[in-house]
Amino acid sequence: MTSTIDSVREDGVSPTSTESIVGKSPRELAWARMSRDKVSLFALGIIITYLLVAALAPVICAVLGISPYALDGDALNDYGLPKGAFGGISTEHWLGVEPGTGRDIFARLIYGARASLMVGILATLLTTTIGLVIGVVAGYKRGWVDSIIGRFMDVTLAFPSFLLIIALTRPFTQRLESLGVPEGNPARMTYIILVLGTFGWVYVARVVRGQTLSLREREFVEAAKASGATNRHIIFKQLLPNLWAPVIVIVSLSLPGYVATESTLSFLGLGLMQPAASWGVMLGDSVRYYRADPTYLFIPGIALVLLVMAFNLVGDAVRDALDPKADRQNLL
Amino acid sequence: MFLFIVRRVFFAVVLLLAVSFFTYMLFAMLPSDPAALTCGKNCKPDVIAANRIRLGYDKSLMEQYWLFLKGIFAGRDYGTGAAAFSCGAPSLGYSFGQHECVTTLIAQTFPVTAYLSIGAFILWMFIGISTGAIAALNKGKWQDRAASIFTSIGVSLPTFYIGLLVLFSVVIWLRILPFPSYESPFDNFPVFLRTMILPWLVLAVLSAASYTRLTRNGMLEAMNEDFVRLGVAKGLTRRIILRRYVMRQALVPIVTIAGLDFAGLLGGAIITESVFSLPGMGKMSIRAVVESDLPVLVGTTMVAAVFIVLANVLVDIAYGYLDPRVRVK
Repeated sequence: MTSTIDSVREDGVSPTSTESIVGKSPRELAWARMSRDKVSLFALGIIITYLLVAALAPVICAVLGISPYALDGDALNDYGLPKGAFGGISTEHWLGVEPGTGRDIFARLIYGARASLMVGILATLLTTTIGLVIGVVAGYKRGWVDSIIGRFMDVTLAFPSFLLIIALTRPFTQRLESLGVPEGNPARMTYIILVLGTFGWVYVARVVRGQTLSLREREFVEAAKASGATNRHIIFKQLLPNLWAPVIVIVSLSLPGYVATESTLSFLGLGLMQPAASWGVMLGDSVRYYRADPTYLFIPGIALVLLVMAFNLVGDAVRDALDPKADRQNLL
Repeated sequence: MFLFIVRRVFFAVVLLLAVSFFTYMLFAMLPSDPAALTCGKNCKPDVIAANRIRLGYDKSLMEQYWLFLKGIFAGRDYGTGAAAFSCGAPSLGYSFGQHECVTTLIAQTFPVTAYLSIGAFILWMFIGISTGAIAALNKGKWQDRAASIFTSIGVSLPTFYIGLLVLFSVVIWLRILPFPSYESPFDNFPVFLRTMILPWLVLAVLSAASYTRLTRNGMLEAMNEDFVRLGVAKGLTRRIILRRYVMRQALVPIVTIAGLDFAGLLGGAIITESVFSLPGMGKMSIRAVVESDLPVLVGTTMVAAVFIVLANVLVDIAYGYLDPRVRVK
């Protein structure tokens, strides 16, 4: 009965445990591995910075005295292009001004982070919640419930999702507006989040279902069942705490995908619209000036790529850190 | 095995029926009137009414769907008398925007998408698997670091942005290539190559990134397996172990994902085709979105779904072939 002894020791109840042989929980091990990796810590720092800047965008703009909407004709020359080199970068406009309007690019960039991150975070929350619930139910109930959910997932996966996202943008945005969602960008944003949720949950559910299928056969679930635990207790107290690791990995890898999708849609003219700022809107706008003002093309692009890359790096690091075989040496 | 294949194919047909039903209903329930879109803004109401009857939009939704489904197998005739026309089987409907049968439009644009997909696919499999293998064999060394940087950057870059940057820098700033203008490879092969080289490369390099990671991780995992340990103990050469045991196992999940990715691409590489102005199915879909040309959208969605489902069946059968445990259920 080694397993009982182990579990006692893990709980720290065993009176013989001393400082020197105290075991580390998987979480502690993962964090130790992760904090050894300087690149992913740096990436984590970038993400936190982005989140802070996005949250504090109005404050930052107020302190610096800039606005994402204020037009500045003085910063433009007679052709409507920014005065000065590199898109009009100056002490007044840190990242230059927008051609045609003279709006401050730095202000628009940090407001754009707000829109892009909001879409990414809300879409991720939606897909994760739906996927987690459906995945746990399918994996735990098995039988006909699992079959029906499985067939439903097959149908969802058989649709060419990006094509449908594009094709349904206009009619569904109109439908949302008629349902009382404020017209224009709020309706467009709601549509993007909902449609990403509609197609995205399957990927979460698939992973969660697989994990649940294997977890429900484990001894601790059996022990809980034997001691008369309800399904509710088993799902919430026994299964869910063990699912956070794969879910974190999916989240950190799917969030940047959603941010990129939003920018692609806005770039195609199907996402958010002027005068609102999002990175996709800025990219779509900057393409029109690629010849006269190439700097403008790079600023939102670099902001987007940096964030997406940071998320991917952290996602990879979390996955590596959670892999129990990570420290093993290879034979070849 | 035969029974397994029959079951998978039967299930695929049911799946496609479900997809066709949902797609048709989704687009039919949109708040736009397809008949009103058949002629311009100054359209007389009686012309709209006539077109509605001619295209079958006066019937109930279920009847419309049945006619659509029948058209796929038997072709479809529109209208009667002098104004009648027909789309031969497999008919996916009639585009009033382009005054052409949808099947004809897809037949015109599909080759472009296919050339783009096949070329990019070959390139990306080659780049992805070779860099992944190099990284795995040099775990922890600079090659591994370089491959992981390539992977993180590659999966992070949005296709439209990199496509545009490449297009601008190669064509406009450096003027190495002329602006892409598509020609069929049978008409003008040099121009075809010149046009396709950038989209191929962009799509291949960006898609290769995740394959690098898959190959690397798959190989490293396989190297930890007991059968590799046994091979080493038996004194097999490194080359034989790598080729027969490690690569073989590492490639199985890659083949699966590659099949699905390739099928997804065949349904229209929307972004790449738009950025490089290639007249493929993806570009046509975007145009159809702008013009609310619903029959084209239903048609391209169906074609894309067929590829996805077909790839799934092939992957399943390949799995059943590779792993006997999958067959029995």
